[in-house]
Order: sequence, then C-alpha cells, then structure tokens
Amino acid sequence: MKADPRGVLTGEHFIDGDHACCEGALAAGARFAAGYPITPSTEVVERFAARVPTVGGTFIQMEDELAASITLQGAVWGGAKAFTVTSGPGFSLMMEHIGYAAMTETPCVFVDVQRGGPSTGLPTLPAQADMMQARWGSHGDYAVIALCPNSPQECFDLTIKAFNLAEEFRVPVMFMMDEVVGHMTEKVVIPPADQIEVTPRKHTKKSVEEFEPYNTNGDMVPEIAHAGEGYKFHVTGLTHDERGYPNMTPQTQDRLVRRLQNKITSAADRIAMFEEADLNDADVVVVSYGITSRVAQRAIDTAREQGLKVGKLRLITAWPFPEKKIRELAGRVKAFVVPELNLGQMALEVERAAGGQAKTFSLTHAGGSVHHPEDILKVIVEASR
Amino acid sequence: MSTDLNTALLNDDVANPVEPFLRTDRMPHIWCPGCGIGTTVNCFARALIESKVDLQSLALVSGIGCTGRVAGYVALDSFHTTHGRAIPFATGLKLANPKLNVVVYSGDGDLAAIGGNHLIHAARRNIDLKVICVNNLIYAMTGGQTAPTTPDHATTSTNPYGTFEPSFNLPHLVEAAGAVYVARWTTFHVRQLARAIGEAFHKKGFSFIEVISPCPTLYQRRNKLGDGLDTMKYYKAKSKVRNGAPTSDVGLTISGEIIVGKFVDRDRPDYQNLMHAQYVDSLGDRFVEPMEAEAVCS
Repeated sequence: MKADPRGVLTGEHFIDGDHACCEGALAAGARFAAGYPITPSTEVVERFAARVPTVGGTFIQMEDELAASITLQGAVWGGAKAFTVTSGPGFSLMMEHIGYAAMTETPCVFVDVQRGGPSTGLPTLPAQADMMQARWGSHGDYAVIALCPNSPQECFDLTIKAFNLAEEFRVPVMFMMDEVVGHMTEKVVIPPADQIEVTPRKHTKKSVEEFEPYNTNGDMVPEIAHAGEGYKFHVTGLTHDERGYPNMTPQTQDRLVRRLQNKITSAADRIAMFEEADLNDADVVVVSYGITSRVAQRAIDTAREQGLKVGKLRLITAWPFPEKKIRELAGRVKAFVVPELNLGQMALEVERAAGGQAKTFSLTHAGGSVHHPEDILKVIVEASR
Repeated sequence: MSTDLNTALLNDDVANPVEPFLRTDRMPHIWCPGCGIGTTVNCFARALIESKVDLQSLALVSGIGCTGRVAGYVALDSFHTTHGRAIPFATGLKLANPKLNVVVYSGDGDLAAIGGNHLIHAARRNIDLKVICVNNLIYAMTGGQTAPTTPDHATTSTNPYGTFEPSFNLPHLVEAAGAVYVARWTTFHVRQLARAIGEAFHKKGFSFIEVISPCPTLYQRRNKLGDGLDTMKYYKAKSKVRNGAPTSDVGLTISGEIIVGKFVDRDRPDYQNLMHAQYVDSLGDRFVEPMEAEAVCS
C-alpha cells in the first residue's frame, strides 16, 4: 500500500540522520513511539514528539528502556506501527524485549544510534560495536534483521525499509545507526507519499472460529490479529503451539525456534542489500558499513588512483549476514579488508563466509572517532601484495 | 455436599456460570490445592458478568509468576508478557487503542519488585488501567523466596532465619503515587472482591486492587500457618473492614490484623485526557486525533 500522506513531509530538507530517521518512521506509518532519553539518539524521539500530534499518533516518554521496549509492543498489539530509539546502554536494557518481540513475532523497529562502549563509554562519540549484540544480544536462539544506513538520506529511506521488513517477517528490526550518521546534516529528499511503498500488517482475514494466532498455514510467517477485534487470542513469551498456548515439549520448542530462525535465514538473499563497485576485476574487496563506509571510500578511490584493483562492498543489511555474496567473492579475490569501529565484529562473519578461500584483514578501531583513510589504504596495499 | 448438588454438578446441562470466561481447553490449571489465585479469577469472572463489561474490548495483561498465568486461562485477548513489565505493555496497548478496557493481572513480586518502577509511574501518570495484584507475600513460582511484601520475620527460602527487610504497604505506595481507586480484600471476601473489580471497571484512571491470597505450599507451610482452609479461617478472624482507612495504617504483619476495604476513590484526569487537553491547547487546529488501528492494515 502507499504511505499515508499525513506522515510524509515531501520536499528537500537539510536535516541530520536522527531527524531523517524520524521522518522515515512517520512516512512508514509509525504512529507510536516509546522512548527514554539517551545520547546520541534522543533527537529522533524529540522530533517525533513534536511531529506526531500533528499527524495523528502518540509519543510517550517512559521511565526506563525496559519500559519503552515493551510499551511499544503493547501498542503494536493494539494496532499501531511502533518503534523505540536508544543507544548502547539503553540497547543493553532492551535485550529482553527484543527476545520477547522475536518470540511473540511482534513487528517493530529498534533504532540504535551507536556510541562508544562498553558501559557508559563514550556518550557523544561514535562506534559500531553493537553489531554482534544486535544479532545475539537476547538469550536463546532467534533471528533478527539489522540495517546500517550511511547517510541522512538512507536514515530516511532505510527506516521505511526497516518497518516494511518488520511487517513482512513479523520480526523486530534493528536499525543500526552510529553517532556520526545520526548527527551528520545533509540533504534529504522525501518523495511524495504516492511514491512510498509501505508494507501493510499481515492481518488475518480468517473468522474468529478459524483463526489460530501462530498457525502459519504452511507459510513461514503467521497472520496477526489485534486486541479488541473479537479473536480472544493469547500471546506468551513461553514456548507455544499454533494456538498460542504454552506447550513446553521439546517437539514444540524445536518446531517454534527453528521456524523463528528459518523465516529470516531462508529469506537472507531476498533481504540482503548492499552497494557494490569495481568488483569485477578486484583483487581486494573493502567490506564496510555505516560511517566507516564513507571513510573507506576515500581509501578505495586513492588505491584505485594508484592502480590497485580494489572493489567495494558496502553492507546495508548486516543481519541476516549476506554470506552468499561474500562466499561468491571469496572464490575470486585475494582478500577482504574490513574496517569497522569495533575490535573486529563483522570481520568475523566475513572470515567465516569466506571459508578460507580469501584472507580477511580486520581493521579495528575502538571508537570515539573514525578511521583515517590512510590507515585503510595501508591495509589495502598490504592485502594487495 | 448434598446429593442434589452432586447430581447437578455431574449433569452437563448445568454449566458453571464463569465457564464462558475461561479457556476450558487449558484446564486443569497449574495452581496448587489451596492456592487463592483461582478464587480471584472466579471473582474476576463474576465481576465481568455483573458489570456487563463488553468482553470484545477487554484485554488482560500479566507478567511472570503464578498469578502471571491468569492471562493463559481467560477467554479474552490476553498477553503473558515479561517479568515485571505487564504495566508498560498494558500502557502501550491502551494508548494505541483507547477503546480497550485493559486489566493488568499479576502478582506482588512481579508488580512491586521487578515491576515496581512501572507501578509507581503508571499510577503517577494515571494511565487508565485496572490492576489486580494477587499478593501471596512470597515468590511462589520460583519456590518461596522473599518478596518485597513478605512480612517481618516470616521464613522464606532466601531468608531461612526469618526476613528482616521492611516490607511494602502496597495500598499506601500506590495512593502516594497517584492511583484513583485503591482497595484490598482477601480471597475469603469473594463478594466484596467481585464488587471492587466491578467498581474499578467503571472508574477512569489507575485503579489498584490488592488481593491477599494464600500460598499454602510455600508460605503458609514454611511458616507453620496451616493449610488453605486454616488461612481462610485466619482471614475471617483477623480481617477488619475499614473503608476509607488511611493507607498508612494498613501495613501487614505475619499474623496480625488485615485491614480490608476500599481505601481510595477519587477523581483526577487520566493520562489520555491530559494529553488531549494539552495538545488541543498548544496546537489548536493543527492537532490531529490519533489514528484508528485499522489504518496499518491494507
């Protein structure tokens, strides 16, 4: 369906990534946000708080991130598209409810504007060190989708995508910004509402008698109903059967947990988004994401000027990890160079997917700043040898 | 039991009047013999019958624990959430669809310990929720550990030599935080409890009903307080109805008096009224009413 024009601020804007993310959420149809203040993410909900009463919706500032991350899920079951926004310490507190959203298949979006950690770390400075937490942070086996924008324009475009994927797969989607992208101001073009495709909720059309809340009917993703519609359904974080009833048998656990994982991993190729350049003749591929991809671009351009055969693979989807693409490249390149603002997180995935066919150079940075393009260039040169 | 009643109960034509409110396909329930939670559910169902609440617009939210299992047994839109977070989940549900009548049904450990922060903030905001807190004075599901409600000197699995932490007086806490309706009954007071739940349904704002309930398996037994029946006798003998009692006076002890009754019944604007008024005042014609839920579906 097309976007509700009331939420779409069509035009050219000069805004930062946090504000663009908010506009993306409004364009995607989000009419509910619950938040708790934390730098450097608060601007997203500050703008939402100002905008949403003029669009038709609700913002509530909760007493902590535990509350915010479950309040939004109550709103989803009440019929809203909903999200929350946070940064490292708050993201840690939200982990239990990311698991609850995965288990109950509650479509929603968690925005994490990453800052330096661990603990309070670097509140106002960038990092990309929550990438593994986004994938594995809650206990148990489950799968999520995570997207990484590298510009304010993408903060708008990909926030819409995040909501659409959340609805399509009934999964919590992690929107992994970083402090630089969040606070960077650039031109953002917001198209007319009739050019924005919005995925509707997978709402059941079944009768009350026919409907079973977790019966997928042979599909991977069940249909949903909202409270107050007469279905009188049950939702629980306990292991549950197709009726939504608790059922603590190994068989039900196996069926449920495998489906929660498989519904995402089996669609990995369809979900995978990346930007690529100069891969055809490449000896070395720089794999990066978020703000680091923009620093890496400078290094790649310089390396090309020096005659090195360097390609670019920018991850837009971090999870599910686009391992097929890496595996395919690994068969024909010498090495991958993976700069990131952490001590080597996605580099592990690149190395795993490469399966020993190509070398992986992890270019770490503990955060607080970004890489110097010279440092990336040095590793590209080393990897090209 | 009279022969007539026995015959009636065995006859399929005579249904229990609360049965339509229960997921009978999930019976038997998990609660122990003598546990009071089932009694509270019976009172809840009777309140639904008597107050003629529209069941389609009624949603029930529970946290974790023995009382948290109530959500799984009622034939309503029901949500069994995470430990301590029933109130914030219910807050989102209510704000997204204000037409819903949202009940939070959970235990003392869930609502007052791990969920204590949400309890006081929801009362402060005066979110329109009906909170039923079954207080069995202990963590029951996990095996009888000390709760913030465990009275002085009671023996628990984590205070094997007796508790010494001061306990919460829940009516006093929620009144101070801003609740508009506060009552306490025991599982002996089934009619009064059903009436209180019915009253809360007609109250706009944050309502809180504490139900003192036995846990014969873990609290009464360990403290040599007898079984479920002995507890009913205790509730009968030691409960004193004092409607309007100052909540500062209603703290509980291990074997003393239990002050019951309706303590608070006042009016103040609820969260959604306040929000609406503020937006209309500040934004005038620019204010747009929150959209209807169906808008997210194709």
